[in-house]
Amino acid sequence: MMASPIGRFAEDLVDVIEQYFGWLLTLFKDILSIPLEALGDLLSYLDPMLFIAILVGISVLLTRRLVLPLLIGAAFYLIYWMGYWNSAMVTLNMVLVATLVAVLIAVPLGIWAARSETANPVIKALMDFMQTMPAFVYLIPAVIFFGLGVVPGVVATVIFAMPPVVRLTNLGIRQVPVEMNEVADAFGSTGWQKLTKVQIPIAMPSIMAGINQCIMLSLSMVVIAAMIGGGGLGGDIVYALSRVDVALGFEAGLAVVLIAMTLDRLTQSFKNDT
Amino acid sequence: MMRKRPVKAVDDMFHDRLVAGMDKIKARVRGPVKRFTEEHRPRSHGGRTSEEIFEEVECPMDGEGNQIMIRVSSLSKIFGKHPEEAIKMLEQGHTKAEIQNGTPNSVGLYDVSFDVMKGEIFVLMGLSGSGKSTLERCMNRLIEPTSGEVLIGGLDFTSLDEEDLRIVRREKMSMVFQNFGLLPHRDIKNNVAYGLEMQGLPEAERLERSKTAIDLVGLSGYENSMPSDLSGGMKQRVGLARALATDPDILFMDEAFSALDPLIRNDMQDELIKIQSELGKTIVFVTHDLDEALKLGDRIALMKDGRIVQIGRAEEILQNPADEYVSRFVREVDRTKILTAGLFMRRPRHLLYVTQGPRTALKIMEESDRNNMLVIDRRNHLVGMVESDDVLRAVQSRSESLSDIVIRDMPAVGPETPMSEVIQIMVTTYFPIPVVDENRVLLGVVSPSVAAETLSIGGDE
Repeated sequence: MMASPIGRFAEDLVDVIEQYFGWLLTLFKDILSIPLEALGDLLSYLDPMLFIAILVGISVLLTRRLVLPLLIGAAFYLIYWMGYWNSAMVTLNMVLVATLVAVLIAVPLGIWAARSETANPVIKALMDFMQTMPAFVYLIPAVIFFGLGVVPGVVATVIFAMPPVVRLTNLGIRQVPVEMNEVADAFGSTGWQKLTKVQIPIAMPSIMAGINQCIMLSLSMVVIAAMIGGGGLGGDIVYALSRVDVALGFEAGLAVVLIAMTLDRLTQSFKNDT
Repeated sequence: MMRKRPVKAVDDMFHDRLVAGMDKIKARVRGPVKRFTEEHRPRSHGGRTSEEIFEEVECPMDGEGNQIMIRVSSLSKIFGKHPEEAIKMLEQGHTKAEIQNGTPNSVGLYDVSFDVMKGEIFVLMGLSGSGKSTLERCMNRLIEPTSGEVLIGGLDFTSLDEEDLRIVRREKMSMVFQNFGLLPHRDIKNNVAYGLEMQGLPEAERLERSKTAIDLVGLSGYENSMPSDLSGGMKQRVGLARALATDPDILFMDEAFSALDPLIRNDMQDELIKIQSELGKTIVFVTHDLDEALKLGDRIALMKDGRIVQIGRAEEILQNPADEYVSRFVREVDRTKILTAGLFMRRPRHLLYVTQGPRTALKIMEESDRNNMLVIDRRNHLVGMVESDDVLRAVQSRSESLSDIVIRDMPAVGPETPMSEVIQIMVTTYFPIPVVDENRVLLGVVSPSVAAETLSIGGDE
């Protein structure tokens, strides 16, 4: 099967980027490696029991409840007991870093889309593209640019998980009542004050819902990222698939579910808090 | 009875204790942290101060020597892409409806001019779509007017750049909104302090002044509540406190009481009159409710289709409606209901407190050249009246307080009492008639000269 000129254009574009902007890609990879390695080291050196204790403590502070943190502790103990601790930490590392990067890019982008009628349709189209283009397709240039390993997995995850944050930030700020914006103006706020003291706080529940979605989508990418050497629980699942091992596949899958539910409940408690 | 679920009960108990504990820790840590951030806060005031902006302008006066706080001259606002075209059509005498249908533009305001005096409540009234809110928003430039001028204390407000506009808005004017416009994520004290925060005041001073404003509107004790905990009337008190906290010269109020139910609305109107009598701000009040306009407005401007149809005092508008539109509007009003003591009463200029000594009382009475004066207690309840002869005698007999010589048995009327009854009482007495509420709190007085005006309006029918 031959690609049409559109496909060949994409190929040429990737070639050009690789050839002339290689240094930029290397820089990007290096920057992305910093939090990945830092958090990765921390997670892998931390004793599992100590980690669970810290996690329960953080959960208590975030949710201000007792039962949910204990259940979270139990969930992570189950992951440890099943023998997926190291894989789980690799996955958690990727998800957290990917979410962090996605939020750092997506929130400003969402704000920009909310404030500019020119940027909005462009950003919207880009988000549609990023969200609906099958995730496997990103992997091809990601591998070309960054080789195999964790970094291209994170990059593909960021692209896939970012759109809901952009959309919901945009929506949240656009839904700030006209009267609230008038309040900011009538009392002489600068654009920045209006954004930080009125618009973002009012849009916060919406933004948090976006971040919550972002985490869930990141987790759904772990298996796909594993195909290019991302490792972690996704790696276990890919391995189980290749050996048609139901037991291994189910356990690794269960571990993903437990991590997902933990992160979901914790980010939702944030949302309720504000 | 349903059994309480034990797990949930433990969880809830834990939650309550933890939140209480965390609040305690927060309270401990907050002080030092706040102090630190306050000290290291970047101070970014490169801009001018409002004094510098107003330095070279002089507030214009009217013929009677009143200061003109706001002067609006031939202000127009056209919504749409080709405002010039619409303006031209208006100049040729086309109506608002013709422009609306014939061009992509719509007329918000056309050629509006008027003055607002310092210290008056100026009411903009009209049906919805008459342009009253647009006019108010053009006056503080939440909406940019298409043409025309707004002078604030003589300053050409319409030509200020963004930076100066912000400074004038911060320090000279504020606004109260129809749906309160409270920030849902801030507690009451920080909502009220919003304007002060924009002025760049340090936190301690902000909260202090916010507290004063909250006390002024009668919400003491609610400083730490969230807006969602308050009723509609209380929310608008917060809105009012926020607007007053910056001590602005001008208050814009946009249908401020329209979202409240009638009883609360009435309370708020009384509250506004009370606060206004203490502070004497210049208030531009938008409403579609004629009763409200008549009650609050020192002067009223009636609007229709983006133009002012008539400007005048309540009595003038009731008596001489400028055209069919105004008289239709006015006919809705039940005159006997409107011509009440509440409408015609004024704040008494001089009052005595029952705790004051006769010596002080005599001095006040001499200075104001009066031979009788109303006496109230510390909580504004009407006690009665004293006559200067009695006060003089009390001074000579070295009496300590006024309470022995107060004439307690004196006529008083309620705010709903029709003026016709007030006048009947007045002909048998020789002093202003006090107006009190059901708890005998003094609201105002009706003086003989004001009552005479009523007769001329009443004589119409």
